[in-house]
Amino acid sequence: MSDPLTAAVGLPTTAVPSRPATGFWRRAFRHRSFVLGGALVCLVIGSALLSLVWTPWSAYEIDIASKLRPPSWSHWLGTDSFGRDIVSLLLVGARSTILVGIIAVGIGLTFGVCLGLIAAARRGWTEELIMRMSDFTFAFPAVLSAIMLAAVVGPGMVTSITAIGIFQIPIFVRVTRGSANAIWAREFVLAARASGKGAFRITIEHVLPNILSILIVQATIQFALAILAEAALSYLGLGTQPPQPSWGRMLNDAQTLLFQSPMLAVYPGAAIAVAVLGLNLLGDGLRDLLDPRLARER
Amino acid sequence: MSVFVLRRLVTLLATLVGASLIIFLVLDALPGNAAQMLMGADASPDAVRALSVKLGLDQPLTLRYLQWLRGMAVGDLGNSYVYGTPVAGLIAERLTLTVPLAIISMSLTVTLALSAGIYTAANHNKLGDVGVMSLTQIGIALPNFWFAILLILLFSVRLQWLSAGGFAGWEDGIWPGVRSLLLPAFSLSVVQAAILARVTRSAVLEVLREDFVRTARAKGLGKREVLWSHVLRNAMIPVMTVMGLQFANLLAGTIVIENVFYLPGLGRLIFQSIANRDLIVVRNCVMLLAAMVVIVNFVVDVLYAFIDPRIKVHDL
Repeated sequence: MSDPLTAAVGLPTTAVPSRPATGFWRRAFRHRSFVLGGALVCLVIGSALLSLVWTPWSAYEIDIASKLRPPSWSHWLGTDSFGRDIVSLLLVGARSTILVGIIAVGIGLTFGVCLGLIAAARRGWTEELIMRMSDFTFAFPAVLSAIMLAAVVGPGMVTSITAIGIFQIPIFVRVTRGSANAIWAREFVLAARASGKGAFRITIEHVLPNILSILIVQATIQFALAILAEAALSYLGLGTQPPQPSWGRMLNDAQTLLFQSPMLAVYPGAAIAVAVLGLNLLGDGLRDLLDPRLARER
Repeated sequence: MSVFVLRRLVTLLATLVGASLIIFLVLDALPGNAAQMLMGADASPDAVRALSVKLGLDQPLTLRYLQWLRGMAVGDLGNSYVYGTPVAGLIAERLTLTVPLAIISMSLTVTLALSAGIYTAANHNKLGDVGVMSLTQIGIALPNFWFAILLILLFSVRLQWLSAGGFAGWEDGIWPGVRSLLLPAFSLSVVQAAILARVTRSAVLEVLREDFVRTARAKGLGKREVLWSHVLRNAMIPVMTVMGLQFANLLAGTIVIENVFYLPGLGRLIFQSIANRDLIVVRNCVMLLAAMVVIVNFVVDVLYAFIDPRIKVHDL
């Protein structure tokens, strides 16, 4: 069978086509959500990277004389109430979105999955302690912790990253522990225990692989939620601070001008939606590609 | 069963006390002097000291914490630093908006999500499934406050059917109040429902693959009967977990959405209080929201045990 991917990169088609990695990518490029999601995510990451070296106009310079211009050749999407170019603001805004998302989900995933697996494996008072701690953290949604932090240390990007990151942990703990417990109750884990495997080996060899797809789906939802939370916090004025452009902040500015320039409220929201949609589609694709049970059914 | 509920109740109380401690430490002990924050950096030391005494801020931390706990038990939360009126009254007044908003949104969410989730799972990989799932995919991606702004653009700016914000109150009957909560509740629930619908769908699909479903089908039960009597009950665990998680999102959402629609609810109150440096109001509002999240999760935990007896056996 000729392989479009290996053929495209000029590899001999006879070279071990059954390697799992090759199989994965070959299936991946045929998966519609994966390709579409990947493309959207690349678009957002590309915009963020591009903004580091080039933007059509400065995203920071205020030019009141050319405020609220309609779209034209020089300003593709027009200008805002300070005369700043919308395209430039959107490009630079992608940066803070990605940064906050990656750090916050990284915090949640690292701490959450470890704690969840430990809770499911150890049970008893360890599980009790971890779950109570997680319930406890969970009592503070990101907006609440951000409000508390903002009331005390003031708003800013660090405030929003900390608040979103802390809130991610208990979600991952709960999801990991819940699905890990279900795996621990299965017969094949009993068989593994009977054959003398310890809790650590069972966790790594049986529990983690079986809950991986759930974690991937959750992580993409969480990344999406982190981006949405960042947008909401900067919309409320608790997150990224002006003059640093952020999509949430742009929406806040635009809301006061709904009757004059309604389109200003459309672009930043669409940018957020594209980023979130891309991540979700990518995650869905990954789940299909990684979960052998689902793959077999197709 | 009762032992299980009792144990959960004890941890609930411990969590609440822990939360109150954290909130007190962050909002009362950490900022140093609330009176100084109220009056600004260039206030004279004498005036700041006088205000501290007036607000009771000169007393030791532990005493103030214990006073707050006692106050919460008897419903006396102290007076607002800025308005001088009782905090409990301020909050109660705002809850007449936030509670109905949360209830309307959550019922909308659950209705939309369960029907969409079960429908798509039952029609797995058919046209309806693909269509509804694409819609939810877009729904998840929408920031709720942007969706709210789009609704305002459509219904208020373009069609002029509903007002762009503000709250009519409950004095003139239920309808004017509900009317001003329609757009906010809708913008809150569409996004949440999209997430919950997907969770419901994958949970139902997961259970449909179990052996006992095949057994039930093999012994002659129809697809519909298996779905309603065997599958749903087993699929409810992940669905309820996410519903519990979503309640917190919903509360956080009301804070944002109230600000979009200029609704005088709890969310607006928190924001005004942050701007006014009215930390005693912030502290009590945050405690109230945190307590609601903790209590909802307690209820979810107890419901688990009713739905899945295996969990009860483990935990006892």
